[in-house]
Amino acid sequence: MADEYKPPALPSPFTNTTPAPTLLAQGAEAHLYKTVSLDPSIPAALKVRPSKPYRHPVLDRRLTRQRIIQEARCLVKLVREGVSVPAVLAMDWEGQGAEESAWGGAWLMMEWVEGPVVRVVLEQWEAWMKKNAASLDESQLQKEEDRVRGLMKRIGHTLGGLHKAGVVHGDLTTSNLMLRSPAQDTTDSPTGVSMEGEVVLIDFGLAGQSTQDEDRAVDLYVLERAIGSTHPRSEPSFEEVLHGYRESHKGTGSTLKRLEDVRMRGRKRSMIG
Amino acid sequence: MIAIGMEGSANKLGVGIMLHPEDGSPPQVLANIRHTYVSPPGEGFLPKDTARHHRAWVVKLVKKSLKEARVSVDDVDCICFTKGPGMGAPLQSVVVAARMLSLLWNKPLVGVNHCVGHIEMGRLITGATNPVVLYVSGGNTQVIAYSSQRYRIFGETLDIAVGNCLDRFARTLHISNDPAPGYNIEQLAKQGKQLVDLPYVVKGMDVSFSGLLAAIDGLAAQWGLGGEEAAKEDADKQASTAGETQIIPETDGKPTRADLCFSLQETVFSMLVEITERAMAHVGSKQVLIVGGVGSNERLQEMMGIMARDRGGSVYATDERFCIDNGIMIAQAGMLAYQTGFRTPLKESTCTQRFRTDEVFVKWRED
Repeated sequence: MADEYKPPALPSPFTNTTPAPTLLAQGAEAHLYKTVSLDPSIPAALKVRPSKPYRHPVLDRRLTRQRIIQEARCLVKLVREGVSVPAVLAMDWEGQGAEESAWGGAWLMMEWVEGPVVRVVLEQWEAWMKKNAASLDESQLQKEEDRVRGLMKRIGHTLGGLHKAGVVHGDLTTSNLMLRSPAQDTTDSPTGVSMEGEVVLIDFGLAGQSTQDEDRAVDLYVLERAIGSTHPRSEPSFEEVLHGYRESHKGTGSTLKRLEDVRMRGRKRSMIG
Repeated sequence: MIAIGMEGSANKLGVGIMLHPEDGSPPQVLANIRHTYVSPPGEGFLPKDTARHHRAWVVKLVKKSLKEARVSVDDVDCICFTKGPGMGAPLQSVVVAARMLSLLWNKPLVGVNHCVGHIEMGRLITGATNPVVLYVSGGNTQVIAYSSQRYRIFGETLDIAVGNCLDRFARTLHISNDPAPGYNIEQLAKQGKQLVDLPYVVKGMDVSFSGLLAAIDGLAAQWGLGGEEAAKEDADKQASTAGETQIIPETDGKPTRADLCFSLQETVFSMLVEITERAMAHVGSKQVLIVGGVGSNERLQEMMGIMARDRGGSVYATDERFCIDNGIMIAQAGMLAYQTGFRTPLKESTCTQRFRTDEVFVKWRED
């Protein structure tokens, strides 16, 4: 394409921020920026849902408003329940556009979480193992496998807390799981990949409030499929996610049983006969 | 090489003839003939009546297409037919005709997946190389992208197809099925002003229309807008105000028939554009191709165009000759398979109502 893509103008409160917010990621629905809150020394994450000009303005406002409020509500609820998610700092569901009084979309400002996403951690680990696994002895190999299993278990634990609070994520992938960098990292591994830190759930754009086994099981199934397709080497340790999940709170038995059904059902079945 | 394509998976019977020149120059359409079974307002097309229509017309259409293309039977290399998906009885009528021609003329048969036919015709006409495909028709709603020899389904409808939703609402309002219910909804929607609230159901890259249809049917009943009488009243009003300056009446919140059509289109098309955008972001593509009967709707094309432009890409769409079910798309997809050595032996020349897009091994595309 000849003309380069230009992201839409930022909502008005952020047009004068110094330093200017930097665009981190662009999805189909939202743009994610890094910016500062109140003081230049306090970093914050800014999620902007720009208005969609293809949609009828009434419908566009309704949907954008509904979705960003839904996301904020889930986050606020989870913070209150002690689940590790970024806290909500500020939001505007009737955000102004670049032009005076024009509707420009909605935005949500959240606590900045410092650390890598689990996808990157596992990718780095898998890449190192693929190249150097032969140089490790039996006990070192075991230790490395244990580290991944430990991480998976912690993920399961966090998911248990999420579901216990009555929220389902709706889009669990390893890109939506972060590791908050600990103050002191005591990792001792030849791979140089740290797996320490608290597991933090991010991106609640498709989240909803539900306590149904079906919704919870689908959440787990989506993560299982995501790990299988992006981290084939770590796939066997997915069992540990379920392990951690089982231990997290009472009443997970029926969800895990439902997961069996969801797996059998699949989603893209061919319906012949 | 010349292929004849026969399509009859729904109420359209199409016969088309495609030429793929030996020197490798672009394929040419030699004939593209279609005859549609149109049911009266307020009714859908029933499989048995549609099948009867196809049986009655198929020989005439084949003869006419050969005449129009100025080719003789000897010039034809293969006979392509729709294997599925579609309605059972109409599919069968056409497959029997294809089989008969194959035996009569001693030509090989090529069974074609209807959805792949749409995609290949769309690619040929628009020149889109590797687009995300939105396939929207009366029986199908899928978002498709190509990856290693398959057209993979990224998102689809969880219940009824978008075209089915439009057709059935046209039935509620007693809108004419001639030339197509969707076309008449589109014309009526142009007069709509007020957007009514309708359920908007997008789940990831999937959509659902059945609840939306029930809701808008309910609104039509609530405001007394459905049925034959309301349709007649509307038509009379149109006739009496024709030529005069249109005075917009006080609405007092009551939607008109046009408002409902307008709201239905705005809502379902927004859902479709949204899942298409999500698929584009997912696979990192900037081209969108719209195929299928609903793809000829200009409002859908316009909305998709705005979305694609904002992503720095472009939309490819075709008009009703190629969008709506036709014979040449079957000939085109069949010819591509035929050139890779694909044949359908007589005893396997069956049809099936369920035939998923990703079941077809796409041997004719690279990587």
